[in-house]
Amino acid sequence: MSSNYNIEWKTCTDEHFSAKTKGLSGVKTTDHPLKTAIVTERVPRRILGSQPSTGRTTPVSTPSVILEPLSMALEGVDPLTAFAIEEMDPLTKLAAQESRDKVDSSQDKKLSDYKCEVDAWAMKKASILSKYTTSEKISIVTSFLSDGDKVVVKAQSTAVDKMQHRLEQLDYIEEGSQTRLDLSQTEYVNRIEQLNRELVSAWNSEQRVKALKIAIQCAKLLSDTSVLTFYPSKFVLITDILDVFGQLVYNRLSTKTDSHKLGSKTKLPEDFTPEMVSDSAKETCLNWFYKIASIRELVPRLYVEMALMKSYYFLSLSECQEALRRLTHMINGIGNPLVAVYARCYLCRVGCSLSNRIKNKEYLLQNFHRFLQNYQHLFSRSVKGELAQQKVSQSVYMSLFTPALDYMLQTVACDNSDALLNELLERCKVHGNSSLILNTVMSAFKPHLISARTLQFLEMIEHCLDQGIPLHSLLRTLGLCVSVAPPPLEHRRQILSTAWKHITGLKQVEEYIACAEPWVLYVVKYFSHRELNTILGDIIDHIAPDRSYEQYYNQLKNVVENIVLNIQDFEALLVMDNFLPLIDLFQQESIRVEVCKKVLSGSNSNLIFVNDAVVVNALMFLCTVLHDSVNALTPEDEYRQIGDILCHVIKTIDYGRDFEQQLTFYVEARASFSNIDIVFVQLVQCVNALSVKTRQIVKGLHTRKTGDFVRACAAYCFITVPSIKSAKHRLRLYLLSGQVALFNHCLGQADACFKAALTTISEIQNDKTQFPESELIPYVKQFLSILLVVPDNPDCSVLNLTRALLNVLQGYSWESNISLISIYLSVIDMLSVMAQEWYPYHIDKVESNDSLYGSDKKFIAEINKICSVVTNELMSKLQSLGPCTKQSTFAIELFVKLAVRNDLTNQMLVLALNLWNLAKRDNTLDTKYLVCETLDENNVSILCILPDQNKKLRKKTNVRMQ
Amino acid sequence: MSINLDIRLKRADKVYREDENITGVIAISSTSDLKHDGITLTVEGCVNLQLSSKNVGIIDAFYNSVKPIQLIGVTCEVSGSGRLPAGATEIPFEVPLKPKPNRVLYETYHGVYINISYAIRCDVRRSFLSKDLQKSQQFLVQYWPARNPGPPPHIKDNRKPVQFKLSPTTLASGGAGAPDFLLKGQLNSICCSISRPLTGHLVLDRCAAPVRSIELQLVRVETCGCAEGYAREATEIQNIQIGDGDIPTNVDIPIYMVFPRLFTCPTLITPNFKIEFEINLVIVFHDDHLVTNNFPLILVRE
Repeated sequence: MSSNYNIEWKTCTDEHFSAKTKGLSGVKTTDHPLKTAIVTERVPRRILGSQPSTGRTTPVSTPSVILEPLSMALEGVDPLTAFAIEEMDPLTKLAAQESRDKVDSSQDKKLSDYKCEVDAWAMKKASILSKYTTSEKISIVTSFLSDGDKVVVKAQSTAVDKMQHRLEQLDYIEEGSQTRLDLSQTEYVNRIEQLNRELVSAWNSEQRVKALKIAIQCAKLLSDTSVLTFYPSKFVLITDILDVFGQLVYNRLSTKTDSHKLGSKTKLPEDFTPEMVSDSAKETCLNWFYKIASIRELVPRLYVEMALMKSYYFLSLSECQEALRRLTHMINGIGNPLVAVYARCYLCRVGCSLSNRIKNKEYLLQNFHRFLQNYQHLFSRSVKGELAQQKVSQSVYMSLFTPALDYMLQTVACDNSDALLNELLERCKVHGNSSLILNTVMSAFKPHLISARTLQFLEMIEHCLDQGIPLHSLLRTLGLCVSVAPPPLEHRRQILSTAWKHITGLKQVEEYIACAEPWVLYVVKYFSHRELNTILGDIIDHIAPDRSYEQYYNQLKNVVENIVLNIQDFEALLVMDNFLPLIDLFQQESIRVEVCKKVLSGSNSNLIFVNDAVVVNALMFLCTVLHDSVNALTPEDEYRQIGDILCHVIKTIDYGRDFEQQLTFYVEARASFSNIDIVFVQLVQCVNALSVKTRQIVKGLHTRKTGDFVRACAAYCFITVPSIKSAKHRLRLYLLSGQVALFNHCLGQADACFKAALTTISEIQNDKTQFPESELIPYVKQFLSILLVVPDNPDCSVLNLTRALLNVLQGYSWESNISLISIYLSVIDMLSVMAQEWYPYHIDKVESNDSLYGSDKKFIAEINKICSVVTNELMSKLQSLGPCTKQSTFAIELFVKLAVRNDLTNQMLVLALNLWNLAKRDNTLDTKYLVCETLDENNVSILCILPDQNKKLRKKTNVRMQ
Repeated sequence: MSINLDIRLKRADKVYREDENITGVIAISSTSDLKHDGITLTVEGCVNLQLSSKNVGIIDAFYNSVKPIQLIGVTCEVSGSGRLPAGATEIPFEVPLKPKPNRVLYETYHGVYINISYAIRCDVRRSFLSKDLQKSQQFLVQYWPARNPGPPPHIKDNRKPVQFKLSPTTLASGGAGAPDFLLKGQLNSICCSISRPLTGHLVLDRCAAPVRSIELQLVRVETCGCAEGYAREATEIQNIQIGDGDIPTNVDIPIYMVFPRLFTCPTLITPNFKIEFEINLVIVFHDDHLVTNNFPLILVRE
């Protein structure tokens, strides 16, 4: 068809292309049209009850572009991802949530502030729950925790009955079963969980009054401080319930409003105004507030009002702000300082959750100021009495305040700065440098603000009078600040000397190490290794006596990790007098290994070339620790990791032009790391590289010295490879080493390597899993192409290696003949090339067989002999294959080989014809491309047009008929 | 056959003032045709007085309860006898809220001895074979702001803060049993708007014994006049804690109380009865010793 058209082909050049595209206008795109819909927001998963549901809004999933109906059906998250999210462990889930939140935050700055606050609380919550625990019995007074619901739901026929029944039920709840239980902590937590469920189920079954009563009872639990140390945890548990309650009320009110004015389907927008709220919703809301205003006791009343705070927006826009201010004031009436401070904390939290509405953050600071105002009350007689009664020390008591205070001040410090800090410090001084306030200030404000005033803080810490937060905690908090943000340059030294003076004076090892941990980081970051060395020495002095370090492995590990991650000059670290002794302190095997691993991984990213003897020694010491930890029970992955680290270290150590030193090092390394295969592989590779480098330097003309050196290298490889367990590596390395030896004119060594490789091939047939046939075939083919240039060993017969290889192949127990056939076909290729006068490739300055024999007749005859043997072998294998597609493919291949490689004798022609017929026997062979035609009686021209993907490869062979 | 009769008022809060129109619908739903002999709508409001059994004997209290004072009583015919089709029928209505001659529409109030309540009632009369239908719906009455029949203006305008100072020496009992203490404070006004909270603050200056609780007690004082003179009864409406536990000294503690709806109304003084309110400030010490200070209140609708 195409011949009918007169096609003038013209290759499209750049010039043409630009001309073609010039007329088109481009539109910048942000999105690829074929990309699937991207979900910009995702509905965060909410688990009722376990979430700090302080009004976390539920963003509606709004895919930005939906192009495919399929992706639409998937609603943003494909089920697999959804599963993945669901199955994530809580930590990753948190992280994922956080990262998703981060994505959101880029879109809405306002929202992000609020979210970060919520997250801050979520994080704090977990730490509080784990920190403040008790083994004492906690009492709970409640009426909603009967084991079985004793209230029988009667059939209620009339409204009156219903009402009566309801009243009865309420009475029952009120008086009937108020019980006091003494519970252990876990039981207590379970009970609170149960209360939570009870509240939700009561709400869902329309028993709103009961739900309110449960909420009030929960809040009442917060006025009880009978087990002081558990109070923060209790606060977390119960405020969760209150949050749920507040959210339930809010949701109900907003659904009540939904249908009003906005049509039945639309939801109330997040920033609705009271005008949009229906009268009935307003009335209900008002009722709620009247109801809670009449709660008798102060603490529950305040808490429940705080929980419902968000609902004030149904009534008016300003009411909430006003309520925050008023409640801040009213908390003054709570006599117990601990209860009061946590109430303030909850108030701040509720306020923060409304931060998209409330712009004036004055109340946050107000709350903190009011706490400061009442600070002296912490030392009042009733507190002392309570402490004495519960046998709690003042400092433990003070530490109970920290979570609440930290959170409050963090919310304040979020966007306030210098001035506020100064003011607070002034106040702190007024209160006798209260340790509690100091600690809170240090942990709440941004580290760079604290760092700038480090000296002032140190002075205040020194003058701290009270028995509150102990010195070491204060120093630790300060240390955390200075290690994150650098203090002014001119103060750094003074800060260190002052702080360390105190730290070194700490007698308790536990306190000492807790302080030293952050301060070491400070030293690492801002001082030279000399100071670090001194500090490390001090640490060792402190924790070495009585083997006390055994309990503080974790802290020490952190110390080492901080150093490794932050040190500038790694070599200096390794040379340091006190660093290795510090590592020596880790006596427990597993931790020791872990620490070494950390150090070495750190060194891997920091060190490039190492040749200092001391550093090398230190590295080797660490490596030896790792290496020695490997035993039969070591998990695969651990083994691999250690191997990687060791390999990396070996690669880092580089003596530059001092090759002998380098080789000596490799010899040592081989001696030390005998257990790990991969290290040996690395070593052989390194030595080979070294050998090649040597050749490059002498430009192929070895002197006696370099000649000896490369022979030493070859010998090294030859004796190292057998120790490698993996046959695969062994085979490859033999081949590689042989090549390198050949390259360096070490013919004997090369020969030895190749022979060893052959032996290995015959060995592996017992365990084929190590080196499957599919890999063996290309390996043998590679081997063959190398053999082409390997000169024959004069001590042995002609083509000794090739023969040996063929013998090995023949003796090998092949899974199928196919592999062998394809190898034999390559052998024929290789041998035919071998017979040529000039080989297509050579190794520089190595004389191959072509120049050795100069196409000697005997040599050619030898090749022919081998070829015939191989061909015969091939024919028999083909026969045994039986008629099939494979057979015909191989037949045609052999046919081509015959045609191309062979001077077709008569006999051969017959063979060729036979092969042709054999190949034709299978119908699958596409004979369209294979044409055999008779040109005249004497000449048979075999025209093979072999299909080769796109183009037809034409091969024309004229065969003379005799 | 089931019939449902309901009165739905238009206002969600059901609050109406004098001269306003009560609007709403009578909703009747029936599964079949409903024959009736007329539908009437009645608006009623009255003051119920009851004598306390403390002042007169129990039996007297029971029988001699003072006759209710009717404040409003209007009946109007919505429809003559007829037939309503099956399904839901809604009959809108509008009734002006006007008192009987010489009467005032007092605010709705629920007390112990005095009750002022209003209701709108719908009657569906039917033939003698079937029962008449009746539905009653309560509604609330409030004064127009600043149009209270209540106390004389000179008291109402007296909005000065009231200072107070409590110590053992100021106690009527002479301070026997009370620990040494000094409590200062102020109520921002004792004449309060009923819709706004009672406010003020107090400071515990010094106190020898720990305080257990500081509470605000809202008390109603109801006085009923009758043949044998009058009876005056004070009962608690609610008790609100404002200080809990050993409160710190020299710290401002706010006094804050929301007046509950229905149970309070603007102070009412009539020839037949009086409704007044008081606040008790109660300090409970750790040994359960109790100190109370009483402040009479005047509530107004503003």
